[in-house]
Amino acid sequence: MKPPIYGVMAEFDNPTSLVNAAREARTRGYRKLDAYSPFPIEALTEALHLPKSKLPLIVLIGGILGGLTGYLMQYYITVIYFPINIGGRPLHSWPMYIVITFELTILFAAFSAVFGLLALCGLPMPYHPTFNVPRFALASRNRFFLCIEARDPLFDRKATEEFLESLDAREVSEVAH
Amino acid sequence: MADERQIADESGPAPVIAPGYTFGTVTDQISSVVLTRRTPVFWIACFAGGFALLLLFLWSLVLLLAKGVGIWGIKIPVGWGFAITNFVWWIGIGHAGTLISAILLLLNQTWRNSINRFAEAMTLFAVACAGMFPLLHMGRPWLFYWMFPYPNSMGVQPQFRSPLVWDVFAVSTYATVSLLFWFVGLLPDLATLRDRTSNRLARGVYGILAMGWRGSAKHWQNHEMASLLLAGLATPLVLSVHTVVSFDFTIAIVPGWHSTFFPPYFVAGAIYSGFAMVLVLAIPLRHVYGLEGLITDKHLENSAKVMLATGLIVAYAYILETFTAWYSGNVYESAAIWHRMTGPYASVYWCLITCNIVAPQMLWFKKMRTTPVLLFIASLIVLVGMWLERYVIIVSSLAQDYLVSSWRVFHPTRWDWATYVGTIGLFTFLFFLFIRLLPMISIFEVRTLLPQAKVEEETQG
Repeated sequence: MKPPIYGVMAEFDNPTSLVNAAREARTRGYRKLDAYSPFPIEALTEALHLPKSKLPLIVLIGGILGGLTGYLMQYYITVIYFPINIGGRPLHSWPMYIVITFELTILFAAFSAVFGLLALCGLPMPYHPTFNVPRFALASRNRFFLCIEARDPLFDRKATEEFLESLDAREVSEVAH
Repeated sequence: MADERQIADESGPAPVIAPGYTFGTVTDQISSVVLTRRTPVFWIACFAGGFALLLLFLWSLVLLLAKGVGIWGIKIPVGWGFAITNFVWWIGIGHAGTLISAILLLLNQTWRNSINRFAEAMTLFAVACAGMFPLLHMGRPWLFYWMFPYPNSMGVQPQFRSPLVWDVFAVSTYATVSLLFWFVGLLPDLATLRDRTSNRLARGVYGILAMGWRGSAKHWQNHEMASLLLAGLATPLVLSVHTVVSFDFTIAIVPGWHSTFFPPYFVAGAIYSGFAMVLVLAIPLRHVYGLEGLITDKHLENSAKVMLATGLIVAYAYILETFTAWYSGNVYESAAIWHRMTGPYASVYWCLITCNIVAPQMLWFKKMRTTPVLLFIASLIVLVGMWLERYVIIVSSLAQDYLVSSWRVFHPTRWDWATYVGTIGLFTFLFFLFIRLLPMISIFEVRTLLPQAKVEEETQG
């Protein structure tokens, strides 16, 4: 059964309050929470106990695939598919393959970085309940938000709201679905 | 706000951005350039000028497609002429953008945060202009896809041992990665524009481009990681691109081209001209849009210092080029350099020495580096000098090769000039479109520079 609301959201006007609030919520036992800020705040990652980003692994795999693609493509074309004998020089002329192998490594790795980023962030996402809070538009300007989601086992509409209000928030509002 | 300008302080190091900014005012000032209904006369004038030149470019393009590359002055032995000169020049200009966005990010140079966005845009548009030339120079540009390996009924494949094929891969990878890097950086700012515009259409367009960015902690964590990784990938890439471009020359046996120091020399020259272009764009823009508080004199000075340093590397390369020609004892090598200095291209060569080596020495003076008008002029001189350098390397080396009987001096036609000036129009057109439609300074990165962005640990509890 879907909870009646998405969650409860508190607004802060500086990054320090947000980080402190996030820490406090974690110590209270809340687990399904997310913080929103207009710029990256390193302390939040640790305050929310976010797992390490999987992006480096994705990019590594992308890069290796790119390198293999580049090398094997050139090998296949110059040795098997379209061999040209130039003064009896070896067909498998690996030093000449370096540049394109390198370029394709970078190309594939860069694509995996971007698509990996989008996938890990769950983007594109045209609709998200947080956008229902009118003041949330300020999350991309100068305000900081902490949202405790209704699917958290400890979530209780009233108690959670009171808890957030106790955290020197400017405003606490409910987030509709 | 804009009225709280930074005052040059002799006693201490100037701050990266002027004091007095808040998250709100930074956001408003940068986004208002895009979201306002009023367009400054400066913008209209530059855009109109760029558009007029773009039309000139399209005109020469149509003529080129109709008549062929014969409308240019290229005749054997000078088969490369203006086209490749312009290609190398443009692609070099692009390099500063990647240097600022990637290398300075890895080196943790936070001052780059207020100039990286438009420098990256500059890269993108410069590479677009650069890409035009090899394409048009092919004679039959509509068959450009023959350069890529694909299964075809002709049963032939590209020659992977040729630096010209490496160039195709290097430049197309560079263009793609620059675009990706730029877009990743834009995501949070597109979300800002989406949230701040009152225009429904604009909200829709920015909303689609922002893809639903919410600035959640998870988003930022992955975003930071992606920026870092892309910077790490772009750094070797940018160094490789001009290296590969220089391979087009060094692997040929033409005297004046066949030397091992071309790759570092080309890369230094690229960064040199690129920073000149950054300054040429930044100085008028910050003045017109009142952004002196964000693009401060400190930025101009740092860019000028990079220009001076790379300029000295380029000067060293010129000296070494001459020395090698003499020391090699190779009659063709020394003749090539001697022809450059005294032959039909002597005036161009000495002009280039003046523009690239003599004039920039003025940047040693702090006054020169901190006076925007003088710096603007110096940057224009460097841009001209770097173009002349590419011209001298390509044209003078080809014009006088091994056989005296094949020598021929290159004369550019008016269509050579029209195509070249036309790409400047294309660049200006694209760049001013960007200024009007997207934030030219990275808003979220400037926010991180503000003192209030620091999380104070001791207030915890």
